[in-house]
Amino acid sequence: MHKNLLNKLLLLVCLLPLAAQASQPEKTVFEKTLSNGLKVIVKEDHRAPVLVQQIWYRAGSMDESTGTTGIAHVLEHMMFKGTKTVPQGEFSKRIAAAGGRENAFTSYDYTAYFQQLHKDKLELAMKLESDRMHNLVLSDAELGKEIQVVMEERRMRTDDQPHGLLFEKLMAMSFQEHPYHNPIIGWMNDLKTLTAADARNWYQRWYTPNNAVLVVAGDVKASEVFAMAQRYYGKIPARTLPARKQFSEPPQMGIKRFVVKAPAELPLLVMAYHAPTLRDAEKDIMPYALDVLAGVLDGNQSARLNKTLVREQQIASSAGAGYDGTARGPSLFTLEGVPSEGVSVAELEAALREQIALIVREGISAQELARVKAQVMASEVYKRDSVFYQAMQIGQMESIGLSYHDIPQMLLKLQAVTAQQVQDAAREILKDDNLTVAVLEPQALTGKPKRVNEGAIHAR
Amino acid sequence: MRANLIAVIATGLLLVFSTAAIANPKIQHWQAASGARVYFVENHDLPMLDVAVNFPAGSGFDSAEKAGLAALTHGLLALGSEGMSEDDVARKMADIGAQLGGHFDADRSNLSVRTLSSRAERDEALAILARVLQRPLFPEAVLAREKTRLIAALKEAETKPESIAAKAFSKAVFGWHPYGLPSSGDIASVEKLQRADLDAFYSTHYGAKAAVVALMGDISRAEAEAIAQNLTAQLPPGGASSEIPQVVVQSSASTLRIPHPATQSHILIGAPGVARSDEDYFPLYVGNYILGGGGFVSRLMQEVREKRGMAYSVYSYFVPMQQPGVFQIGLQTRKDQADEALQVVNTTLLNFIEKGVSEKELTAAKQNIINGFPLRIDSNKKILDYLSAIGFYHLPLSYMDDFPARISKVSVADISAAFRRKVNPDVMATVIVGAPEEKSKIDQLEGAGK
Repeated sequence: MHKNLLNKLLLLVCLLPLAAQASQPEKTVFEKTLSNGLKVIVKEDHRAPVLVQQIWYRAGSMDESTGTTGIAHVLEHMMFKGTKTVPQGEFSKRIAAAGGRENAFTSYDYTAYFQQLHKDKLELAMKLESDRMHNLVLSDAELGKEIQVVMEERRMRTDDQPHGLLFEKLMAMSFQEHPYHNPIIGWMNDLKTLTAADARNWYQRWYTPNNAVLVVAGDVKASEVFAMAQRYYGKIPARTLPARKQFSEPPQMGIKRFVVKAPAELPLLVMAYHAPTLRDAEKDIMPYALDVLAGVLDGNQSARLNKTLVREQQIASSAGAGYDGTARGPSLFTLEGVPSEGVSVAELEAALREQIALIVREGISAQELARVKAQVMASEVYKRDSVFYQAMQIGQMESIGLSYHDIPQMLLKLQAVTAQQVQDAAREILKDDNLTVAVLEPQALTGKPKRVNEGAIHAR
Repeated sequence: MRANLIAVIATGLLLVFSTAAIANPKIQHWQAASGARVYFVENHDLPMLDVAVNFPAGSGFDSAEKAGLAALTHGLLALGSEGMSEDDVARKMADIGAQLGGHFDADRSNLSVRTLSSRAERDEALAILARVLQRPLFPEAVLAREKTRLIAALKEAETKPESIAAKAFSKAVFGWHPYGLPSSGDIASVEKLQRADLDAFYSTHYGAKAAVVALMGDISRAEAEAIAQNLTAQLPPGGASSEIPQVVVQSSASTLRIPHPATQSHILIGAPGVARSDEDYFPLYVGNYILGGGGFVSRLMQEVREKRGMAYSVYSYFVPMQQPGVFQIGLQTRKDQADEALQVVNTTLLNFIEKGVSEKELTAAKQNIINGFPLRIDSNKKILDYLSAIGFYHLPLSYMDDFPARISKVSVADISAAFRRKVNPDVMATVIVGAPEEKSKIDQLEGAGK
């Protein structure tokens, strides 16, 4: 959770090779929009004989309605349940037999599916992925079973994870009007009442070529990818998309605090401030400044929070900061920490506040600023070691209303951030009226975990 | 998210072969003057360098009284060296955009660095790594602080069902063998660890002769030779045996039920499995793909998740180690159906062992493993990891080249024979966290009535 934003921005800027600054970069990203509205983006990278296909739908949990939260993610699961011509289980079997790896993920902002394969297997992946874009079969029986799986997933990730629970409630508390209020996986009560009709409705509404971006990266030729995409995706008719609602979170009118009680040993403190996200890569300043601020606080082991609170003062067992400036909706700038034994949550909060006050008062040093930028530049090179992440950054940018064309600009703007801008950002954003404070209050397990029946022999 | 599967699929470390530039790495191998063995792949596609140094200094070299010593030694290497405080190390690395990393398991302690290959950055990063590896101080104040943090984390782990299950399971599978020790130690053992313990462990387990250096990236052979020597020339003499004691399989099956207020039961089933050098490794790897390793298409996934919707994640894997590492099946399921799910898993496993696999399943498994080879070595980072493993486990340099042939040679009969030899349900341990025994019995009765 720490370094959230920094990592993501690092991911985002890696498209621009370092050499690009000295000379004109070799063109490696190509784009074409099919007549049905499907945008196809190809990133050529010939280092290894592999490729990844990712399809990104601009529909995430933020597009859901009251009573059907979780449907975006449930539909993601259902996309593996068979189509008119490809029976249930066949999709995964065919990808597996081709030596592929596949999966899917749902976020607040989008839903995406991917396959990683040998470079010769793109056609198989396109055939299957294009098929389930418009031929999915959604039966009540399959949905009923899959909902059980999703509930198990929710128990595992949220209900039985004190930190997951805290984060879920933090989002619900911070965002009272914006749909980021609702968890991606959905409220348990909504999961219990979702129907196949809800899934069909979601599928018909959002799964259409004019609401998708296809990203193919790896050892491929763009012209061949475009031709193949035309062959498989090109025949799928576009549909009119419903008008997209615009959401905002009104200004918070004062500090909010809440407590979550759950079985744990250590408390956790999270302080979340409302923060803007990048809207105009050229003109915006604040998101870049906040990104650098997160790096100064928590960008490496010698960054301020770890150095001061964990190592020197030993007030915290761990401490961190996070900010993600790229999203369809608004963001949070977070500070968090686990207090050391004998230190109260209130004392840790005071210590975190003092770190912010210090920056507001005295700003940051030139060395700290340079250090964050050096890390950004280096990570940009390192990210080129992964074809998958190069595709990810393209898909994410395209899915949140920005463009992969913005990436070089973002890198330059990040390099141009000044110490004064970081100080101003801290002063403007990290103030109490914007703040929600969440505290995990550890509860004893009902009775210490006792080993019953130790050593008992179990006959099979 | 279905993403959790990826981690499961990736668990079985495979060495693989393919045919393109990066994908057919030519391994250069030599011994440095220090005695360290060196494995190098030269590749100039990206202006960066990855280096890892491996030692036989994992938690398998701990004793019960000093459990956690190996991990703490590993963890403190970069937290203070001669002439360099922990803050210096972190700050200097960050200033040049270099990343210090590491890996630690029961066999192995590994420290790595990723840096830009441009001269100034590379020299600085490697100079820091050389100091960290060869001149650690284990400062008293840092040790005291890290012990406190570790103990806090161990207390926290004692409340988490997955951690409780993992710890109890290791002990049930390996008994008093060091593979059964919690790799971070336990509260009582960590409290007692002293600086002298770390010094002694370092002196005996971080010797140059046992070190394996892996290098991947944008340097020449001559540069690689100099780097490997500089990273190991001043290591301590070492001298400890790098052999892990023999694993003894338990004499009977066991079941451990540990209450927990979580909504799900965490279930682990398993026994010691296979050693890295064992000929059975290949048939077991292919067989396990069919049983529970192959993502959505495995039998466990089909039976537990696809047919019955009883779990989000269910898997099986072998961890091949110097000695037989664990064979493990795991899942999480709603508490009231834990026993039913366990029964499904056990039936699936027994059926697999008794009846083996079909030709069709075998073909599908081979197709996936062989056709998927290129994905396993499509980055510098992945290749670096294979270099470390090849060196550390004394695998032949041709291991990657040979791998497809080893996989395609596996027969239905080989899988049956290997599973019968290595996976015996009569000696398996089962741990269920979050299922009080009495309640489970009631649930079982209710379940039967449905």
